[in-house]
Amino acid sequence: MPSLGADMQAGILSEWCKKPGDPVKSGDIIAVVETDKGAIEVEVYSTGTMGRILVAEGEKVPVGTVLALIEEGRSAAPTPPAAAPPPPIVQDLAASRPIVQAPAPPPAVQAPAPPPVVQAPAAPPPPSSVPAPAEPTSAPLSSPPQIHASPAARHRARELEIDLAGVTGSGRHGDVVRSDVDLAAAGRVHPGPTAPPTAAPAPGPTPAPPDAAPPTTPQSPGTPTASIRRAIASAMARSNREIPHYYLSLGIDLRQALAWLGARNAARPVEGRVLPAALLLHAVAHTLPQFPELNGTWSDDAFHPAPTVNLGVAIALRSGGLVNPCIHDAASLDLDATMSGLADLVSRARAGRLRASELGEGTITVTNLGDLGVDETYGVIYPPQVALVGFGRIAPQPVAVDDMLAVHPVVRMTLAADHRASDGHRGGMFLSAVARFLQEIA
Amino acid sequence: MTPLRAHIAAALSPVAPEADLGTVDPRAPLRPQLDLDSMDFLRLLAGLKQRLGIDIPEGDYGKVATLDALEAYLTARGAGLGAQSEGADGAHP
Repeated sequence: MPSLGADMQAGILSEWCKKPGDPVKSGDIIAVVETDKGAIEVEVYSTGTMGRILVAEGEKVPVGTVLALIEEGRSAAPTPPAAAPPPPIVQDLAASRPIVQAPAPPPAVQAPAPPPVVQAPAAPPPPSSVPAPAEPTSAPLSSPPQIHASPAARHRARELEIDLAGVTGSGRHGDVVRSDVDLAAAGRVHPGPTAPPTAAPAPGPTPAPPDAAPPTTPQSPGTPTASIRRAIASAMARSNREIPHYYLSLGIDLRQALAWLGARNAARPVEGRVLPAALLLHAVAHTLPQFPELNGTWSDDAFHPAPTVNLGVAIALRSGGLVNPCIHDAASLDLDATMSGLADLVSRARAGRLRASELGEGTITVTNLGDLGVDETYGVIYPPQVALVGFGRIAPQPVAVDDMLAVHPVVRMTLAADHRASDGHRGGMFLSAVARFLQEIA
Repeated sequence: MTPLRAHIAAALSPVAPEADLGTVDPRAPLRPQLDLDSMDFLRLLAGLKQRLGIDIPEGDYGKVATLDALEAYLTARGAGLGAQSEGADGAHP
């Protein structure tokens, strides 16, 4: 079970995309897991044959648990766990070694924590449920036909040992959302109109009809929103608690860069055009290698510089909340590849089909609120990263050119950085270097 | 809904599934009404090109800012004449 962020402790294996005996190659999607951040695709990092599956669909296991074995090479011989322990499918697992080496036959051994994951009354996922993420909500992935509940609601129901079948849903299409479970739990403990911790849209303890979905407010604790909100809350609270931020800002004259980009786009069909947002990402990615103290992670009281720039991009979801998947090794990409990487991330983020490696491996994050018209943004670092770059809108601003006043398009770039890992001096040099990159690209 | 508007709605739907053109003021800027960022807008244009074969060049973005303007622009460029030429149109003004 891959870690998809510092705050993730467990995930639910909602679907296997490969079965034992299937050939797999590096990069294949082999499973879908359900987390606070929605449904996430798990990739495999080696090539071979799908071996034994150790975690059944519907099972919840802690981060680090081996999900399945991959038999490397092409030997069709079904050599089970014996000799060399096959590599774990996920690199990023803390507790892997002991688990892999113990060739204990029953998969039940995998879960050191809560042995039988039974309480879930909503357990058996349809074996062949085809994920059809037409809408940004991806909750239905593993939903059994009868009970529609968000991942967060299921999670919460397990925590509180609530039977989802008895919970009235208030989400879209009557889906059970987390606050419904809280409400049900509150009713169980002390019946009465005690306000649940979250904003309570329900006016009183009325036992609403089973499938009337009262759309109090369209943005009420919607299915994916509630769980994403919770993930954001925990990461951001931790950031402000633990990270001593410092903030810097620089206005960058984009006249030449945008003129260059405009001329380049004019000759291209719509699919080939590059947005200014991608140009800014490109500039950050290509400048960062000179500033390793901004690109990496802080853990165990030490900074760990990252070997590549895995550029996290904060993407707002239309249903509310945001995710920040990354573009791997962005410093190696040219401008067009950066643009297609960004377009791909945005469309998959909104369709709820991100991959595990994209969510867990970012080394810095960029947030661009320019389309909203804000001038600048001072971000909150996404732990365990150590820096967050913000861009505001590109707007005409008075600038001094030689001794004259001119009006040029200007963007305000900000840096929020972890003072444990870097100092303002280097942070300032980084901003200047990005500005230079953009002014010289033309 | 006019056939052209139906095409626009269809091109919009993968980008902003919850968007409803029926609630849009056709004479006011489209993007803020539907909360479309620059990437969303680009994807909308790509969808329109796929359906109508009309590629709206970047220099013309200012001419398609409202729903009415977008329809007028597409009509002037030949949409709705029955011809669904597949990507035949270039980026000439």
